[in-house]
Amino acid sequence: MSDSNTTAHEAVDEERRDFIHIAAGAAAVAGAGLVAYPLVDQMNAAGDTKAASSLEVDISKIPLGGEIRVLIGGKPFFLRHRTVAEISAAASVVMSKLPDPETDEDRLEPLPDGTLNPAILVTSGACTHLGCVPVGPAQGAVGDYGGWYCPCHGSHYDTSGRIRKGPAPKNLPVPEYEYVTPTVVKISL
Amino acid sequence: MSGHESTYKPASGFTKWLDSRLPIIRLAHDSFVDFPTPKNLNYWYTFGGILAICLAIQIITGVVLAMHYTASVSEAFGSVERIMRDVPFGWLVRNIHMVGASMFFLAVYVHMFRGLYYGSYKAPREVLWILGCVIFLLMMATAFLGYMLPWGQMSLHGANVIINLFGAIPLVGEGIQSWLMGGPSVGNQTLNRFFSLHYLLPFMIAGVVILHIWALHVPGNNNPTGVEVQDVKKDTIPFHPYYTVKDGFAIVVFLMIFAVFVFYAPNVLGHADNFIEANPLVTPAQIVPEWYLLPFYAILRAITFDLGPIDAKLLGVLFMFGSIAVLFVLPWLDTAKTKSMRYRPVAKQFFFGFVISCLLLGWCGASNPDDPLIAMGEDKLIVSYIDTAGLEGTRTFDEYEAAAEFRDEQQAAGATASMAVKKAPAFTFKILSQILTAYYFAYFLLILPILGLREKPKGEPDSIHKSVLGDHAPAAVPAE
Amino acid sequence: MTIFRTLLVGLGAMALGLSAHAAGGSKHAEAPEGGWSFAKVPAGQIDKESAQRGFQVYKEVCASCHGLKLLSYRNLGEKGGPFYDDAYPNANDNPLVKAIAAEDEILALEPDESGDPFYRPARPSDRFRSPYPNDQAARAANGGALPPDLSVITKARGHGAEGQGASYVYSLLSGYPDAEKIKSKKGDDGLNINYIEFDKGEVVGTLLQPTGQYYNPYMPGDVTAQWAGDPRHKPYGGFLAMAPQLPEGRVEYMDGTEATTEQMAYDVAQFLHWAGDPKQGQRKSLALPVLIYLLLLTILLWFSYKRIWRNVKH
Repeated sequence: MSDSNTTAHEAVDEERRDFIHIAAGAAAVAGAGLVAYPLVDQMNAAGDTKAASSLEVDISKIPLGGEIRVLIGGKPFFLRHRTVAEISAAASVVMSKLPDPETDEDRLEPLPDGTLNPAILVTSGACTHLGCVPVGPAQGAVGDYGGWYCPCHGSHYDTSGRIRKGPAPKNLPVPEYEYVTPTVVKISL
Repeated sequence: MSGHESTYKPASGFTKWLDSRLPIIRLAHDSFVDFPTPKNLNYWYTFGGILAICLAIQIITGVVLAMHYTASVSEAFGSVERIMRDVPFGWLVRNIHMVGASMFFLAVYVHMFRGLYYGSYKAPREVLWILGCVIFLLMMATAFLGYMLPWGQMSLHGANVIINLFGAIPLVGEGIQSWLMGGPSVGNQTLNRFFSLHYLLPFMIAGVVILHIWALHVPGNNNPTGVEVQDVKKDTIPFHPYYTVKDGFAIVVFLMIFAVFVFYAPNVLGHADNFIEANPLVTPAQIVPEWYLLPFYAILRAITFDLGPIDAKLLGVLFMFGSIAVLFVLPWLDTAKTKSMRYRPVAKQFFFGFVISCLLLGWCGASNPDDPLIAMGEDKLIVSYIDTAGLEGTRTFDEYEAAAEFRDEQQAAGATASMAVKKAPAFTFKILSQILTAYYFAYFLLILPILGLREKPKGEPDSIHKSVLGDHAPAAVPAE
Repeated sequence: MTIFRTLLVGLGAMALGLSAHAAGGSKHAEAPEGGWSFAKVPAGQIDKESAQRGFQVYKEVCASCHGLKLLSYRNLGEKGGPFYDDAYPNANDNPLVKAIAAEDEILALEPDESGDPFYRPARPSDRFRSPYPNDQAARAANGGALPPDLSVITKARGHGAEGQGASYVYSLLSGYPDAEKIKSKKGDDGLNINYIEFDKGEVVGTLLQPTGQYYNPYMPGDVTAQWAGDPRHKPYGGFLAMAPQLPEGRVEYMDGTEATTEQMAYDVAQFLHWAGDPKQGQRKSLALPVLIYLLLLTILLWFSYKRIWRNVKH
């Protein structure tokens, strides 16, 4: 490396600190950052996917003690027609014993006239542990507490969809839903 | 330069540790920071950097599009429109990818013409040039495959026409054709394999680009004088920051042109028929490839005659592929010792003629070959008739009234008569494209080999720094 | 600079060639007087009110034969759409959009409890109702002609320049010959034959209009077979199976705009232009900021470049 070259390099090094270079570099980096936004955003749910995220379900056809399962946007939901025994089992639980305390009433939405309909329970159908779909009355296993049983890692849910035993940390979440008529619920994601 | 000594000095403990195990920082430093580059490179030399950006843009946007695209004949068209309508910023990503293909070719053509003008294909850069030709071929294949994916009318029928070209090959042609299509026609299976290959090829391009840069860094850059570097200190400057900033500036200017198309005219470079979903029963009225393939399409269509045992169809295909194949052997066709056309006054004129003929070939490719470019005389009317005695005859008219009267008279007399237009002889696009095709091949096969032996170069400087300092005669200052 | 000049000349020649090829056999579509609001540089947007009227025209006139299969009702109320309302950023909640959707009965995607297909009122998330269950039914109902889907019709016509497709729709719909120009005579077989007389300039002669076909100078096609006159100077355009659809007063605009043929053609072209590219408003709004940023970066890099190179003679 000759002397003349070194000085040239030093001069260049000095120039790098010049405002104009910093400004140009900063503008280029900022631009690259802005370009990243659409590239990341494009993986979010698309318009049609978001729009197809509600469903109206007729609950009058659910047999007593049975349930129906629906998919909304590919996610499973349970609608269960509970027996009187199941309702009272769900209502008579000591809150302090629950891993995720929630009353049965808190987990219901009112009918169009404002009263609650404890006969119908609407919950998400994805186990809060790792997302398996618990088995229920139609599959012949309801777990130790009469609700649902997750076969993947052994979580037991009661007749209100609350976690009672097993690795799942939370109750089966209640989706956003409303009674459009006394026999039709509209579930949204 | 070949064997230029590495000036990289690892500064920290970690870089020292890494350098003795995987000298990747050293490689980057020697290739893109301290690489000695001729100090006289002009803006035509920034297109290499522009092309690297184009490839990156196409790969990034392409990966994004593949997340949303469905390769199935029943859903492809709708899935592309879904990207335009529902995917967040999908319209932007798709427009960039679509316009990006055109921009990529625009840049690669400038890059190639620059190489042709400054003799960058000559020793010791033959392998560099050939690798470039390989990239160009891969680009054309990728573009063709990608054009099929939206499954519009042009996608389907364009693919059909190109695949049919292979059918011209004697004996094995039809076998290759149905092997490519995976069936008797271009269908779902073809779309699936084209999507797979369209995703694969850009990464092959990226691989060959690495070889291309490697082959560039062994002999070092050519430069507008075509004179090799003699004194690294006087003739060269380090790549960074001198050429990073110059390339950066050119890239941003290029991106502005790019952005104008993306935001204001995303569809203007494509064909409207591709917004009609593919229908195998109806071929579009005029089937043309994307603009960047038009010159080759014109060469294909220019060949309408048989040559000995070779029929016109095969001959056209041979000419079309020949027009690219000739680029591969160019380093051995050009016999001139002087690299840069700056100092070859006669060759320079032929070169500009070559550029113009390529552009005009593109025009021919976009036009109907039988359309008159210059009509010689007026179209006439011709009435053909067979009279009651069974005699045939024709009569030519200038005026419609006279022709109609004659036809009616004949019909009244019991003859059959009909009128048709007789086109005036004309200089058609077909003839123009034949002339241009002849020039295209003559440029490589006759002009460059012969001219190189006979032409006397003028004003070639002894070295790069002397040329920069203006030591040579001002008369020879080239025209850029 | 010679290379530049050469390139310019070449590109100019190419542009000429492409425009010549664009002319084709039909009359060049004209933009309405005053042009299109969305084609204005730098950030032209859809004329929302016109697009709303255009939707009314589509719904009351076009929708009985032409589908819009790539559109959902919700699109109408999405940002940039004709019925977008700031109060309802989620178009699914927009009551107007809900009402528009509910007016159409569509075939449900899933069968009912007994497994039979059934019809239900549409929801904003549904695709637009198709006028026919399939192409065959569409052909059968239209004398063999298939009414094209209009989702991307403005992109599928013209040559990609902003507004050309809309101009085509506008010109075609308002460009049919006046009704009084179409005359009728008895043919040899005793049936009526419609014909149009041409007497302007070089184009002189009679054009027969086959039954169920309608002449339009903007329709790409070839009229040679129906043309009695000098075959070297035949009229522009061709025939289509769609009769003129927009006589004055065909729809009654809710906002009181006078429903002339031109007005209705203009409005429906505006609507279809939006339908073909619903995100075009977003695209145009982003254009200027991006270009200003790039210009700024160009200027900064230019000075940076000049400064770095100031000691190098090159």
